Amino acid sequence: MISPNLRIAFRFLTAKKRAMVMSLACTILGVGLFIVTQATTSGFERFFTKTILGINGAIRIEDKIQDTMRSMSAPGGGDSHFARRDGVKYIEGIEEPQALIEALRGFPNIRGVSAVVRGGVQVTSAFKTEDAQVFGIKLEDHVRVSDLAEQITSGQLEDFRQAPAGALVGRVLADRLQLSVGDSFVLSSRGSSRRLRVAAVYETGYREVDKTNVYLHQAEARSLLKRPSGATFLQIGLYDPDRAPADAIRMEQVLRHSVKPWQEREKTWLAVFRALRISTMITVSVFTLIASLAMFNTLAMIVLEKTKDIAILRSMGYERRDVTRIFLWQAGIVLAIGAGAGAILGATVTWLVSQVPLPVNGIFKTDRFIVTWDAYHYVGAILTAVVMVMIASLIPARRAARLEPGDIVRGTAQ
Amino acid sequence: MTEALQPHGKLALRCRALHRHLGQGEGRVHVLKGVSFEARRGQVYAIVGPSGCGKSTLLYLLGLLDRPDGGEIEINGSLMSNHDDLARTAARGEHIGFVFQFHFLMLEFTALENVMMPMRKLGRLTPAAMRDRAHALLDSVGLGAKTHRLGTQLSGGEQQRVAVARALANQPTILLADEPTGNLDVRNSNLVFDLLTRLAKENGQAVVLVTHNPEIAQRCDVTRPMRDGIFV
Repeated sequence: MISPNLRIAFRFLTAKKRAMVMSLACTILGVGLFIVTQATTSGFERFFTKTILGINGAIRIEDKIQDTMRSMSAPGGGDSHFARRDGVKYIEGIEEPQALIEALRGFPNIRGVSAVVRGGVQVTSAFKTEDAQVFGIKLEDHVRVSDLAEQITSGQLEDFRQAPAGALVGRVLADRLQLSVGDSFVLSSRGSSRRLRVAAVYETGYREVDKTNVYLHQAEARSLLKRPSGATFLQIGLYDPDRAPADAIRMEQVLRHSVKPWQEREKTWLAVFRALRISTMITVSVFTLIASLAMFNTLAMIVLEKTKDIAILRSMGYERRDVTRIFLWQAGIVLAIGAGAGAILGATVTWLVSQVPLPVNGIFKTDRFIVTWDAYHYVGAILTAVVMVMIASLIPARRAARLEPGDIVRGTAQ
Repeated sequence: MTEALQPHGKLALRCRALHRHLGQGEGRVHVLKGVSFEARRGQVYAIVGPSGCGKSTLLYLLGLLDRPDGGEIEINGSLMSNHDDLARTAARGEHIGFVFQFHFLMLEFTALENVMMPMRKLGRLTPAAMRDRAHALLDSVGLGAKTHRLGTQLSGGEQQRVAVARALANQPTILLADEPTGNLDVRNSNLVFDLLTRLAKENGQAVVLVTHNPEIAQRCDVTRPMRDGIFV
């Protein structure tokens, strides 16, 4: 059975159709807009995150922390040097990558570790010469900490695996050098040269990477870069990349190496996305505020117009809390319909936006507007609307409940 | 109709030395100056007097719609004037029925729904029993054929008759009416008054009405004239 308060609330509300439709429309738009903005802003952010995790992994371990305060000669290769960041001294590179990899086995969140040897080179094709970076990898290790396997756009990863003198070349660099799969080119570094063959072309969507990175088998890279041991960095893949900062702190304490989580590494771009998110949140908050003001306005108007009805309800034995509930029910009805319709509107517009062609290439590559489908966006939108509208409704509801029936009747009788 | 079984003449309402001021500051007026009054079941009381003498103020105090500045009000033997709002509201729902001058129907609801509204709050009857009782009450006020009309689709006299039926919905022991015929023509005035008195007598209810109409006042069992905040 419908409660008397709900029955009265529904009638009060439907009696003010225009005001109710306005409140409802504002609530629907508020909820819908919230969902769409969340879906679109977080869509690009998540895609960017996926892209950079697919290239550089969740964590990178690079330089060894130097414990002493005074300068000392660094063991190992002659090109090692000191760096000083945040009051801590570092020795570039990793001397014993295998020892660190063994130590990393104690971290349960780690999905894979890849030791990488990196160095600057010149790439010469039949067409021209370009500067590039060589990344010497062990393929099986590296595909566990990156999306390299999915980033191949022409050629086969298997061809690279089978060819010791094969190379994976970025799409932009390949285009600049007019290289295709099977073409040979020359890599030069530190006075030595190697002729290699393009085993496959990859594309990450991150232009700087696609323009400079050339992946070689590690043995080939060591020979070219004259680096027989050690590694430039360890790239680490995590099961839960969101836990990277906490894991990085522990790793740094245990391994005594500089450990950078992706959140720190990409903090500039993440800050841009955060600013974008805050900006859209402000817009959406203003809209939700308008929705709650519309609700406030509707209820305040109903309270003003229904003072006689409130008096008669009170004279019949309806308590103050019944009057409050009648007005909160009205807000609840608008909220329920508004939230449901707003969620449908949000989902529909999100889908439509996802169909919009939008070629982006720079920090990631996409042909369409990227959206995220996340239930939390819907829950967040509805909760925001509930909080805003209910706060806005409490004021007129409490005002209605405070009305003294004697005052109303006396005022009307005069 | 359990109240009808109770003996007529039993004291339903009593107030003693009621004081009430209205307004604030320099505009504050001593409206009721120590008024005492009592009403028994089965009797119809008329409070008469010029405008502003305090008769409506007294009625609202007796109906627990307002609080006195001094004095006591008893409803069926219980002292109610010092109770909190919740207890006073409950007493209104259970023991008191109101008929106001300007009908005060809830216009978005049908006649039937208006009459069922106090019953729904009290919750003593099943929905079916509420509906039956509302139909019976509307029949008794001559509106059996218009139960499903909205308040806006009823004439002034019909609205007031629905208001009488609604006031009787919870079988109150006390019926308070503020100028119930003040807005009606002679024919409807007589119709509404006859209804009030007949149903009250049948059910053993105390009826207290405020009126300017001397003919109506003459037909009541007891007439109490007021002037300047006291009975004269």
